[in-house]
Parts: sequence; C-alpha cells; structure tokens
Amino acid sequence: MKCSEFLQELTNYLDGVLDERTKSELEDHLAWCHNCYVVCDTTKKTIEIYRDSELYELPDDLRVRLRSAIMSKCQQRKKTQESI
Amino acid sequence: MSAIQPKIGEPVSDELALVQAAKKGDVSAFEELVKRYDRNVFRIAQHITQNREDAEDVVQDAFLKAYSNLEQFQGQSKFYTWLVRIAVNEALMKLRRRRPERTVSLDEDVKTEEDSVPREIADWSPNPEQLYKQAELKDILTRTIQGLPPSFRTVFVLRDVEGLSTEETAEALGLSIPAVKSRLLRARLQLRERLSRYFKKRESGDGQK
Repeated sequence: MKCSEFLQELTNYLDGVLDERTKSELEDHLAWCHNCYVVCDTTKKTIEIYRDSELYELPDDLRVRLRSAIMSKCQQRKKTQESI
Repeated sequence: MSAIQPKIGEPVSDELALVQAAKKGDVSAFEELVKRYDRNVFRIAQHITQNREDAEDVVQDAFLKAYSNLEQFQGQSKFYTWLVRIAVNEALMKLRRRRPERTVSLDEDVKTEEDSVPREIADWSPNPEQLYKQAELKDILTRTIQGLPPSFRTVFVLRDVEGLSTEETAEALGLSIPAVKSRLLRARLQLRERLSRYFKKRESGDGQK
C-alpha cells in the first residue's frame, strides 16, 4: 500500500468502518511507515481535542432567555391556529 | 491504533412520542425537544456563522420553523437530523447576509492551498491540550476551525463534534455520502496540519515541552 492510498482510507479507518482485510493492510502500512503513523495519530488527536473542547457552550442565562422566547412564540402560533 | 470512539448520545426512543404530542398541540412536549437540542443547535449555528448574535437568532428561528412545520416531519429520519437541516439552512442564510461578496454554499468543493497532502509530519506532545491555558487553547481551536471553508467546517462539526453518522450528516446537509466523506477527510487533515504548529513536540530547552 502506498502512502496516498493510506490517506484515502484514513477517514474510514478512524471511523472504524473498514472491512478486516483493508484494515489489516492499513495496519501493516502503519507498522513500517512512520510518517503515516504520525499523520494518523495526530489526526485522531485533532478530532478528540475538538470533540472534548466544549467550544461555544450555551450559557445557562442565555439558554433560559432563548427558550422562553421560543416557547412564547410557539404559544402565540398555537392560539392563532386554534382561532382559525 | 484504535478507531475513535463515537460520542454516546441520549436515548431517542421517546423522541417520536414527543413529536407526536407536539403535533397534537402539546407545547410542553415541544419544549422538551427544545431542551434536548438547544445546546447542539447553538454550537452548530455559531460554528457556521462565527457570530454570537447570529447564532442566537438561528436557535430561535430554527425551533420556530420546526414547530410551524411539524406536520411536514414524517418520521423517516430522526427529529434531530431534521432539526439540524433546518438550523444549517438558517445559519447559512445568516452567513450569506453578512458576506454578500462571497458565495457561501455547501456544494462548494474548494481546492485550498493546503489541501490534503500532509506537510507537517512531527509528533505531537503527549498531552497537547496541557501546553496551553484553557482560554488560550479555546482561542487556538476557534481560530483554527474558523479558517476552514464553511462547507468543510460544517461537515466536520456535524460528524466529529456533534457525532452524527455519515448518513445523517449527508441527509442533514443534502449532500451525497461520498461528498461528506471527501469533505470530512480534507477538513480533518487541514485542521491537523494547522494544529501541528501549536502542538508539535518542541526541542527540549526552548521552554515548552
């Protein structure tokens, strides 16, 4: 397997959706190709770091304010629909 | 090396019952759905629009649109996937309004300079997130993902941050599965490339290990 072929399958490999044969070919490649090993390992870390980063958490006060605005508009629409 | 572990979501077994109740006029059932997904919609909206006020508007507009169109939801997909599709559309409209000079489309399959050929091949520090203070780390992650084209950013956020499957992401974005996979690969590789500048192992003696 060439490095370019490895890269094409990287996403499927990290997502764990490869068949056993392709997976074992990839792992053979990883065992001797240090560059691909580093790319694979740091891509995995990239995903994990974003997944665990808690960027853009909705603050509680804003959350309550947004929900109350949404629900009051839903109530209004319900009343309008019922009166038709 | 093992595959990344999928994010475990909350059970959705009662979701359909909540949707059915809301369709029949039970507003409190709809409120349960808002509580369940408002944080996700806010995150997605802010990643796409990169603007806090716009993200707040998107949360309100997306849930109201969902409420008004509940009859259209037939239950072939998960409610959440349907809601994400509405929210992504609202967020893209906001982005287009702010940047009328640039076409913003999910269909754009842009070739960027640092496409998918890895150039930075250095090992990272064992605990890269500990190299920086919390606020500094968030700043690095935010700036890095903001540099991606909207179509790549959106696919990455839905798949890797929110944990939607490839099929759900394709459905929520109206893209084919190969298009989702290709954008995801390139988004992951570009983020990796850019983050390597911050997280690679330093030579000892330069103050940061």
